[in-house]
Order: sequence, then C-alpha cells, then structure tokens
Amino acid sequence: MAETRKPVTVVKTPVAIQYNYSIGVGQSTFMRALREGRILGSRCPDTGKVYVPPRLTSVETASPMTELVELPDRGVVYTYCIVNIKFYDQVLEIPYAYGYIVLDGADSAIMHLIQECPVEEMRPGMRVKAVWKDPKEWTESLENIRYFKPTGEPDLPIEKIMNEIRKKSYA
Amino acid sequence: MREVAIIAFGQTPNRRRELHRNDAEMVAPVVAELLKKVGISRRDVDFTCSGSSDFLAGYSFSWVMAIDALGAWPPIQESHVEGEAAWALYEAWVKMLCQEEIEVALVYGFGRQSMSSPRDVLVLMNDPYLETPLWPDTISQAALQARALLDAGLCTERDFAEIAVRNLRHAQSNPLAQLSGQLDPDALLKTPTIASPLRKHDCPPITDGACAVLLAAGDRAHALCKRPAWIRGLAHRIDVQSLGRRDLTRSRSARLAAEAAGAIGRPIDIAELHAPFTPQDWILQRELEIPKGTVINPSGGVHQGNPMMGAGLVRFGEVAARIIRGEADRGVAHATQGPCLQQNMVGVLEAE
Amino acid sequence: MGNRCAVIGIGQTKHTDKRLDVNHIGMVREACNRALEDARLSWKEIDALVIGKAPDTIEGVICPELYMAEALGMVGKPLFRVHTAGSVGGTTAIVGSELVRAGLHDKVLVVGWQKQSESDITWALSPHLPFDPPLMAGAGGFFAPHFREYIRRSGAPDYVGIKVAVKDRRHALRNPYAHLHQPTVSFEEIRNTPMLWDPLRYGETCPSSDGACAMVLSSEKYAYHGSARPAWIHATEMRSEPTIMPGRDEVNPRAGRDCAAALYKKAGITNPRKDFDCAEIYVAFSWFEPMLAETLGFAEPGEGWKLSDSGATSLDEGGDIPWNCSGGVLSSNPIGASGTLRFAEAALQVRGQAGAHQVDGARLALAHALGGASQFFAMWIVGSEKP
Repeated sequence: MAETRKPVTVVKTPVAIQYNYSIGVGQSTFMRALREGRILGSRCPDTGKVYVPPRLTSVETASPMTELVELPDRGVVYTYCIVNIKFYDQVLEIPYAYGYIVLDGADSAIMHLIQECPVEEMRPGMRVKAVWKDPKEWTESLENIRYFKPTGEPDLPIEKIMNEIRKKSYA
Repeated sequence: MREVAIIAFGQTPNRRRELHRNDAEMVAPVVAELLKKVGISRRDVDFTCSGSSDFLAGYSFSWVMAIDALGAWPPIQESHVEGEAAWALYEAWVKMLCQEEIEVALVYGFGRQSMSSPRDVLVLMNDPYLETPLWPDTISQAALQARALLDAGLCTERDFAEIAVRNLRHAQSNPLAQLSGQLDPDALLKTPTIASPLRKHDCPPITDGACAVLLAAGDRAHALCKRPAWIRGLAHRIDVQSLGRRDLTRSRSARLAAEAAGAIGRPIDIAELHAPFTPQDWILQRELEIPKGTVINPSGGVHQGNPMMGAGLVRFGEVAARIIRGEADRGVAHATQGPCLQQNMVGVLEAE
Repeated sequence: MGNRCAVIGIGQTKHTDKRLDVNHIGMVREACNRALEDARLSWKEIDALVIGKAPDTIEGVICPELYMAEALGMVGKPLFRVHTAGSVGGTTAIVGSELVRAGLHDKVLVVGWQKQSESDITWALSPHLPFDPPLMAGAGGFFAPHFREYIRRSGAPDYVGIKVAVKDRRHALRNPYAHLHQPTVSFEEIRNTPMLWDPLRYGETCPSSDGACAMVLSSEKYAYHGSARPAWIHATEMRSEPTIMPGRDEVNPRAGRDCAAALYKKAGITNPRKDFDCAEIYVAFSWFEPMLAETLGFAEPGEGWKLSDSGATSLDEGGDIPWNCSGGVLSSNPIGASGTLRFAEAALQVRGQAGAHQVDGARLALAHALGGASQFFAMWIVGSEKP
C-alpha cells in the first residue's frame, strides 16, 4: 500500500555538552579584585599602557606584564550605543545604553552599561562613575558594578585622550 | 622549489589539566621561548598560522584571543585552520614556497580538552544526519578499527599492548611527558577493556597543551640554525569518512600522502606517528612502510601526551628537534584528523 | 607572487534564509557544480580543494568538510579547511591560489559556505561565557559604538548609512543570486525600519543566509579552459591585528590600512578610486562603506562618507567607482561564503560575466573580506590582463 510521505527536510539531534571554562590568570586576578570592590589593571613595560583587565603579557609587544595598577571606579565615555533590540538571554529593559569607558589612569576601555542618563544627553567625553551592587552581593564578576552613571563634572576631551593613548603604541 | 626548514620546536609540558591559564596565556610562553632560542624577535616573523578547534574550546572564534598573545603589533600576516595544527604547518609551507618575502613563519597549535569530555565533543565530527545521532565516540570508533584488524588476523591484542609499551618506554627520556614507564604487556592485557577490544593503554591520555614550530627558508634557515630540519616532502590526503565505506584495516590516504611526500622506500632514522590509538600505529607502520629498525616515536608518541589540535604538529617538531640536535639525519613525521585515520599528513624531514 | 594563477570558473547558490531543499553537501555541491561547469572541468579533474567557513557551532558539526570529503570528490586527494572568522571566504581563495602559485597543483576548487538556518545564529556566534556580562546583542551591537565614533569624527550626516543600504539593495535586484530582493526599497523604507543599535537600523544590517560560493583556480596552463576569459590574480594580501589593545582604532584599523597599502604596492596601484573599475568590499553594516573607503584608500580620512553620499559607489547612479554591484554582504551573508563571494564577484566583473550587474568594460577589480572585530583583512586584485 503506497503511503504519501513528505520528504525529510530537517533532522534534529539535541546535544548537550558541558564545559568548564577557566578565564585565565589575568582575568582571574581582575575578578578576585572585583569581589573586594577593587579594579585592577596591568602596565606594559614597553609602552607604559595600562590594560584593564590585567593580562600576563602585553598585546603589542608580548612582554610579560608584572606591574599591577589599582584604578578608580570613575572614567570617561569614549563611545557608546543604544540598544533597542530584544535578544534571547537579555535581562535588561530596552532601550538601554552601553559604552566603552576609559577609567582614569587606564589606557584600555572596558565595556559596561551606562544608565541614569537620558538618551539624548549621552555623549562621548562624559564623565561617569560606577554604581555598585550591595557589597553583600559581590562575587567574582564585573556585574558587581551595576552600571556607570554621569557624575555631572565637565566633559573631558576624549578625542585628545584617545590620541595620546595611540601615540604610546609600539611603532 | 624553495627550501623550507623547521628550525625550532617548543611545547608546554604535557599535563592532564591546564586549570589556570587560558589559551593565550598557554601559547605566549611557548612562542616567547622559541623566539629567544633562535635569537629573533616577533618582528622577524613574516607569517603566523595556528590550528585549534572552537568546539573543543567551547566557544566560537576561540583562536582569536590567542593572537593577543603574539604581540601582533604592528599588524601581522596571520591565518588559522580549524583542526589539527599540522595543517597550519602545511599552509605556512605553501605560502613560503610562493611568496619570497616570507622568510620566517611561526606555526602553533593548542587545545584544552580537559575542559569538557573530548570523547563526547568529537562525536560531532561525524555525519550529522546519519551518524552523530547514534553517538559514535572516538574510542568506540577506534575499537571498531581494532576489531577489524583482529578479525582479519592481522594483529593480536598483544601487538597493540606492545605498541603502548614501546611508546611509554621511549617517553622515559622525554622530560615533558605526561605518562611514561616500563610496562609489562602481560599485566596490561589483564586490565579491563574500555570499548572492547581497546583497553586504557590503547587510548591516548587527556592532555592540555600548546606547541609551536618556527620555519625558515633558504639562507635564512642557515643563518638562524646550525642544522635545520629541511622539509623534503609534505603532503596530505583524505579518505571517505564513514566507517562502513572503507577498509578499516587500512588507511589509504596515509599511504597516498606518504607516497606523495616521498616518504616510502628510503632509509630513515626515526618516525613520529600521530596514532592516538595503538592499532592505528600498527596500520601506519604498514602504510608508510616504516623500515625495520627505525626508532618509532622516540618522544613517546601520542601515548605520553595528547595536546589535541597540536599533537600532529608535535610529531613534526619532535622529528625536527632530533635532526637539529644531531641525533638523527632523516625522519618521517605524520599527523592525522578525522575518525580512524581518515585524513593524514606525512612529511619527510632531513638534515642537509 | 609565484606562478601565475587565474580564476577560470565561478559558481554560487541562490542565497536565502533557509535552504530546506538541500543538506550541507547538496548546497556546497550546487555551487561547486556551477563553478566546474563554468570552468569546463569535471570533479575528477580537480587536484585539490580548499574549503572555508566560519564557526562550526553554526551547523553543529565539527569540521564538516571531513564527512563531506567523498561528496566533494576528494577521496585520495588533498582537502584543506580554513577558518579566519568573517574573512574566511577570502582567505580560502587566497590559500587556494597559493597552491597553484607554489606549483603544487594546477586546478584547485575553492569553496566558502555556511548554512545559518541550522542554528540560533546569535548563540552560535557568541555563546554566553560565564564571566561576560550579557550586554551586546549580536554583531551589530559590537560595531554600533564604532559607527557612532566614525560619525562624530567625520561629521558625516546621519543619513549616509541609509543611502548605502538602499544602494546595495538596489544593486541586489540586478543579481539573481542575492538573498534580499526588495523591489520597493527606498530611502524612506530603510529609514522607517526599527532602530536596533543606535545609529544602526534593521534595514542597514546584513541578513542571515544559507549559501555557498565556489571558484576554480588554475595555473596558466589551464587559464583558457573556462567558458569566459580568465580573471588573473594580480596580488593577494592578509593582515590581522589584536582584538584587545588599548587605543585600538576600530574605526580605521591599521591592519586594514597596512593590508591595502601592501596589496596596492604589489600590484602597482597608486589611486584606488581611479585604478579600479569596481570593488567588492565586505560591508555587512551600512556604515562600513564610508569607513572602509577611508581605510582602503578610496578617500581621505573624514571624507569616506562623501563617496557614498555622492553616488560615486552606485552602479545605478553611474558612479565612477561602483562598490558591491552584486548587492554585497548587506544583501547576502552566508558568513563562510561572504568573503568568497566578494572575491568571486570581482572575478565575475573582469571576466564580463556579471550580467545585469556588470560594470561595462571592467578590467581591474578589488575584493576585500573582513573578519572578527574589524581585525582580519583578506584582499585580492583580479584583472583581465596577465599580471
């Protein structure tokens, strides 16, 4: 007896694989300090640039970076973006802003949320400060900082700051 | 054809688990040491190529972060193969054959398989429609190959055990070996099977590690190394993957690669075979026609340490290192990927 | 450079969001068969195959080319896999050409492919690792802050991105293989699409496609074997820069500038805008066009947006340096193939095979592929004259 069957177009094979990630020594140092409410960077011996998070070796010269630098939880916005799209493991309400923040004394920028700032007032050069979670909730995570918010201080000349950083690059 | 040589080799000590350092941190000291050994700076490297696996690492673009360990500034010429780093060696060699300005190349491989279960992860390296759903893990697949050899009357389980004994005996002189020792084949044969007929000693250990080689061309090789290991031939070939569609007692592609590389029929001092499972070592000896009396796997082979995605490159490095040190004049190196010796690369390395 | 190498056959699939009618093998062979037919060669006559694709998490198979070996006619032959993120399609073509240029093989098939419908592409590209706070949503979210910085730096009017998207989608209407065919596409239509990551709207982003693109590369001996004149490879170049570097300029990456400069020097190019007849550049998000115009030397820093604004890069408007006549990545983006498509489309142009999107009399074309965080560059120049 002939039976009309539809051709198979999709084969679904659910697979679950468990991984244990280790983020490395540099990042571990960073995370452990965050648990204590501290932000650490490391300084490149060749260019003098301060990396956040710290790394074992300089990205430009591969030299070992042994000098750890303590950084304040305030900085300046380099550039930013406003998110309007929902994605699958999102926990934030849209629209929200995140940006690249250069902490005072650092040369690399970290990415984080920027809140308590109307979207129209977001701008590069804006001074920001971290808003932390309750210390009782602190773990080894950058999420100990809930977000950065404007401090109200005068803007900094961020283009000049970035150009100064770039001048330090290994030629 | 331009002459290209391996002039240095380095690797991390083979260990079961690299818990603390990430891939970039594991690669960085190996590369730094190589450059220091040869007396050049990273600026002297004209091309860099790596091999690794996203799935082994557990995230996409996992190899990108390793570039941050190289001091890639100003920007470098760099490429990547997904899989065993021996193929990254091939890409570098080809580039050096046709681009004069590339005189020195760095090739590296790395993998931290301890982070998950490689036996499970590698199941995904099969036909996703017909084979993966059956969950054929690498050990079971190798066991099918072992069974085929036994049933054909070509080998005995003792033959397999002897290979493990030989590898771990050689490993005693390898300071970086994870496993080594004087084993007794009778005792080994009394241990329980994991996937019949394979026992623990027939299988590779789980190893995390990174490895690297430096290549140099022509006069540059002479300038940087007293006794370069010249690549006289290098070739790779592939077989059909499905285990049911080929003769598992053979590896035709290993044979073809060996022929194309000029590895067959001439005397050699050493051979390093990338045979994760002992029966595969037996097959390769036959396909590559390794002459009797050749020292096979002087490093201990893959049984003393299996830094997956780099283990094949290590075979080339180990042959090269012995030539460079003057302990051998001519050797054959082999690398593989794909289940049951599906894809194979063979190279002939020789002193001047 | 090595021996001469030419493109003698080109084939691609009709890119689309879901190819439910073919599996991986079927899709890849479709592109390869077309390329072989164009080259007038059979599978048996191919000496080696170089295959490239982006992360394997997208199809959920580790190194799928291994299980495809038999279907790709490579049993007993050399099969090579490349993975350099988004630029992989270009790197694949370059590696394939090197096999010929090194004198190892005469006829090499190169193919880039991706079957993105088979997974959640956002997950596959960036599965959430335990230590990273989930901030961004997808690739566009990564690049959007840099587009904002470009706009600030250059003073570009904010409508330029929209114009680029409209241009590429209009070009795509001339290309039967392009994924997105939007006959009513207009400035208003793109502008009215939802703003995803300010300043990038939905209409200014690339689609997610299933597709493959193949080329047959040959030595000089077989250069005239194909159905059209050969596209001679004049030069190839690759550059990579680190992901994380204090002060890294993602807006005008040095790797891009260095790659272009080295490539142009090899091929004797002094004025890209004038020397090339057209270009296929990896523009996955609209603002990449003005930014890359500056990085790749088509415009001075700060002036790239004028190229897009003036219509210079538009085939429809008779621009003097049409970019992405095929519709580009903005119209079709099977990630592993997108780079190969750029390289192949440049070759199609100088072979006179680009049909409705042909630039009349095109004799020298540039192709570019981009990967990672604007950090991997792969480029080639093809021409109808022997180099």
